[in-house]
Amino acid sequence: MFDFSIVTAWIDHFLRTYLDEGWALLVEFVLVGLVILTVYAVLALLLIYIERKICAFFQCRIGPNRVGPWGVFQSVADMVKILLKEIIKIDRADPLLFRIASFLVIIASICTFGAIPFDPALHAVNFNMGVFYLLAVSSLGVIGILLAGWSSNNKYTMIGAMRSGAQLISYELSCGLSLMSIVVLAGSMQLSEIVNQQAEMWFIFKGHIPACIAFLIYLIAGHAETNRGPFDLPEAESELTAGYHTEYSGIQFGFFYLAEYLNMFIIAAIASTMFLGGWMPLHIVGWEAFNGVMDMIPPVVWFFGKTFFCVFLALWIRWSFPRLRIDQLLSLEWKVLMPLALINILFMALCVM
Amino acid sequence: MKVIADLAAQLPGATVEQQGNTFLVAVPKEKLHDAASMLRHNSKLQFDYLNDIIGLDNGDTLGVIYVLVATQFSAYTIRLKTETDDRENPEIDTVVDLWDSADLYEREVYDFFGIRFVNNPDMRRLFLRQDWVGYPLRKDYDADPELNPIPHEAEDLDKMEDLPSLEIDLNGARLEKHRQLFEKEDYVVNFGPQHPSTHGALHLRIALEGEIVKKVDPNFGYIHRGIEKMCEADTYPQILHLIDRMDYLSATIHRHGFCLAVEKGLQLETPERAHYIRTIIDELTRIASHLLGWGCMCNDMGAITAFIYGMRDREKIMDIFEQTCGGRLMANYSVIGGVMADIHPDFQKKVRAFVPYMRKMLKEHHILFTGNPIARGRMEGVGYLSKEKAISLGATGPTGRASGWSNDVRKIAPYAAYRHAEFAEMLRTDGLTFDRYVIRLDEIEESLKIIEQLVDNIPGGAYAAKTKAIIKLPEGEFHQRVEGSHGEFDVYINSRGEKYPYRVKFRSPCMTLVNTLKHIAVGTKVADLIMLGGSLDYVIPCIDR
Amino acid sequence: MEVKNSYIRNMKHEDFKDNEYLDAYVKELRASGLNIAVAKLDDLINWGRSNSVWPLVFGTSCCAIEFMSLAAARYDFSRFGWEVTRNSPRQADLIICCGTIVHKMAPVLKRLYDQLAEPKYVMAFGSCTIGGGPFKKSYHVVMGVNEVIPVDVYVPGCPPRPDAMIYGMMQLARKIKMQDFFKLPKQPHPNLALQNESNTQDNAEKENGLLHEAGNDAVIEQKKGGAQ
Repeated sequence: MFDFSIVTAWIDHFLRTYLDEGWALLVEFVLVGLVILTVYAVLALLLIYIERKICAFFQCRIGPNRVGPWGVFQSVADMVKILLKEIIKIDRADPLLFRIASFLVIIASICTFGAIPFDPALHAVNFNMGVFYLLAVSSLGVIGILLAGWSSNNKYTMIGAMRSGAQLISYELSCGLSLMSIVVLAGSMQLSEIVNQQAEMWFIFKGHIPACIAFLIYLIAGHAETNRGPFDLPEAESELTAGYHTEYSGIQFGFFYLAEYLNMFIIAAIASTMFLGGWMPLHIVGWEAFNGVMDMIPPVVWFFGKTFFCVFLALWIRWSFPRLRIDQLLSLEWKVLMPLALINILFMALCVM
Repeated sequence: MKVIADLAAQLPGATVEQQGNTFLVAVPKEKLHDAASMLRHNSKLQFDYLNDIIGLDNGDTLGVIYVLVATQFSAYTIRLKTETDDRENPEIDTVVDLWDSADLYEREVYDFFGIRFVNNPDMRRLFLRQDWVGYPLRKDYDADPELNPIPHEAEDLDKMEDLPSLEIDLNGARLEKHRQLFEKEDYVVNFGPQHPSTHGALHLRIALEGEIVKKVDPNFGYIHRGIEKMCEADTYPQILHLIDRMDYLSATIHRHGFCLAVEKGLQLETPERAHYIRTIIDELTRIASHLLGWGCMCNDMGAITAFIYGMRDREKIMDIFEQTCGGRLMANYSVIGGVMADIHPDFQKKVRAFVPYMRKMLKEHHILFTGNPIARGRMEGVGYLSKEKAISLGATGPTGRASGWSNDVRKIAPYAAYRHAEFAEMLRTDGLTFDRYVIRLDEIEESLKIIEQLVDNIPGGAYAAKTKAIIKLPEGEFHQRVEGSHGEFDVYINSRGEKYPYRVKFRSPCMTLVNTLKHIAVGTKVADLIMLGGSLDYVIPCIDR
Repeated sequence: MEVKNSYIRNMKHEDFKDNEYLDAYVKELRASGLNIAVAKLDDLINWGRSNSVWPLVFGTSCCAIEFMSLAAARYDFSRFGWEVTRNSPRQADLIICCGTIVHKMAPVLKRLYDQLAEPKYVMAFGSCTIGGGPFKKSYHVVMGVNEVIPVDVYVPGCPPRPDAMIYGMMQLARKIKMQDFFKLPKQPHPNLALQNESNTQDNAEKENGLLHEAGNDAVIEQKKGGAQ
């Protein structure tokens, strides 16, 4: 089976033969950064295209099909345009915070993106408390959103920001708690360790019912974290025109747009890593031949297959449900999901014991 | 009938005249409020539904006509008339304290004729800017564009919040008052005029407390095209195309109403075939309009897919229209005396095929949205409108019927071919958002039933009666009520025997619906306000005319 | 350079109606001559812009319903990538004026236009926005949206069919493709000075050049041709 350790080891070897230890490391850092940024951008474009196409199919439409074969370059055209679009200076807005906000959102999203294990070898940041890092960094984005809403000097953005503050901080809890039940099961917070433990069986099967419940809670809460329908209250197109990013134009808006799609991907990626075994192929204990066949499929394909399955679930929900109201949204979190997640951890602990 | 005649005779200083189901009652302007309150509150028969207030410029005097209906006997109307000969400072007592719907109607009359209503606390102009010069529907209005150039700046919000009023207290002291619409500390948000969910160019000013709506103030006129004034310079066949563009979603129904009013005046016998065709087209329009209303409401709640599904099914109706009428949205089909052209040979086949298709799709719509737990959670228990309030506000159509008010003109005063079809008037009793939502889908079913019964029995013969090249209506007033897809649409034509009408007034069903929104949205959340707007399903160009 | 840059997929050049006008326009634009590299980059930019026109949801009356039909399943404008309708003018590229513009709405429309980020385009959809349409005699209707903002494409009809809007959008795409991104903005046309003054346009916007000129040219054309 092919995995990226061959490529990365070769690059490492190549650099070390020509450069000092320190320089080689520096070049590697830069390379990793560049690759992450590129993959981030390309994935975002791909996701935008996928969403537009899938949404069209849900709605009995065709979706983009004029730019390039099957319209695959549609989002590239969008990118070209948005890069050259005017960035409007808003009167009486806080100029510094207004600028920073969009960067904060995208930085939080890129930082989280870097910590995802795509492949045994493609894992840029592998902390021993990776899960904690993911939760901590991904929740930075809410600061960007709050700043964006506040600094735009606009009433819609303000309402959007307040909604998103209430929503993201609440859902962060059940998000974290549902991941915690997997940490309890795995006994580790290191993402590579968690994935390796799923070699025999994915956690969603291994953890019995508590893991399934945690998976569901995570999908719901994670979906809410991405600000996408039915939880798209901060944007709420029909209510707040464009929510917290109403006043943003050009590439600054592009950042919010990219971050929105990539957050969806990140949530799906974390779900697949924690519950569905990440890049680990499907193994069934005792079926050696079957396991052998499964191992033939490269880990990257496994990872993206599972992640895009979760993305598809998110899109399916997004395009078939109406939006919740703010009080319903909060009572769903505080009265249903969070107590459930807490009890679930207890159950998980009992199961593990 | 006798009750009404007795009642009318008792009114102070009244002269009564009866025309079919209509009683024309003229009272002097000093006695107007007494007469109105007697009609509203008496022991025998309460006239609880103020259908419309019509302003009229008689040349030397300015008149106001109140169209009153008692919901117990909905087929009969009283037209209470009064006039004032002071053209400089015309003043008439308000009836806002008797009917909630009078609020916007009186502002409209003030806007068009400059008649100030004494004791009405809000005497802003309704459609035109506060700084507009002149009163356009007066006969001596100066339409010089120099006087009212295209403005460069949007209207001053302070001016829009200042409510002027003229009040006369019990001692007879005149007070010119100015109130402020909002309190100083209110967090006021503009919804519109350019907003995705205001269903046209409606401008809502909303005072918020957190997410909770404290006060709603609708502002109109962002699509006011002066259709009523234009009608006064158009011949009757020319007016038809303006009506289509008023409420474009129930265009054919409203056009049908105008044709009926003119035919009534001409005493023209319309062929039965035309009646049948018009009725089928009307019902198709109603289905299309309800589908769009349903889709837009779902879209307002965030379900874009439902909107697309609604539009998809609507296209089938558009196909049928296109084939027979030649137009998609503006069918341009009814003309005075019949219909424009005979139906397409495939018309019946297509309509017959459409009925089962729509039934199947309705099931799908119910599965997609009605049964959706989030949708149910959003709609249930929100936006209560009681029957009394609905009547007082004049919220006709599906909105009133969802509150239990039986107001279907097709049943009350059947016109065209409705008397040949069996159908039920959809009534619900709870008056909640969910009822207003479901009743639209139920009405689609009923419309399908009507179409099914009529489409196979279209009688032969001519599709239009012969009319003269120049249509001149005899002197008099002609009134026709039809059931539009958003509510009761009334046409009032005042003719002086010429080829142009002297005054045309359309009762817009949507104006009362926006007024309803103002009342039921208080205390709900922002998201609910948008949803309520969707559930009332108003069309702004119909209001602004 | 030839007009071949205005190639639109799935629609032949001959199928467009007013080619002569656009040919002359392109000739004028390309007269200065550009080197290959710049021209290629120019083409890339215009390719992106013409294929990604995000309309602002702006509908006042009847035509808005036809716009909605265009968005729905039958006509499906997502095929061309226009389905990203933005509700905030900051993020949109195009105002499609769907419906009559009246006196009270005119300043609102102008403000919306000012809020749009460059490059911005305007499509006058329906006869009301072209020249008052059936409401020509009214006291409260603006006789054509070009009295308020410059227009790039006119789509006649009352209301136009959704297909007509697709055609109009293709015309707009062609117009965008013919623009010269790297060319310095020209001085405003002398005839335009008056017009711009009456529109009280922002100076900054006036200098922004080409896109406006595309719009303003259309305005001149219309002025020359008389009221429609």
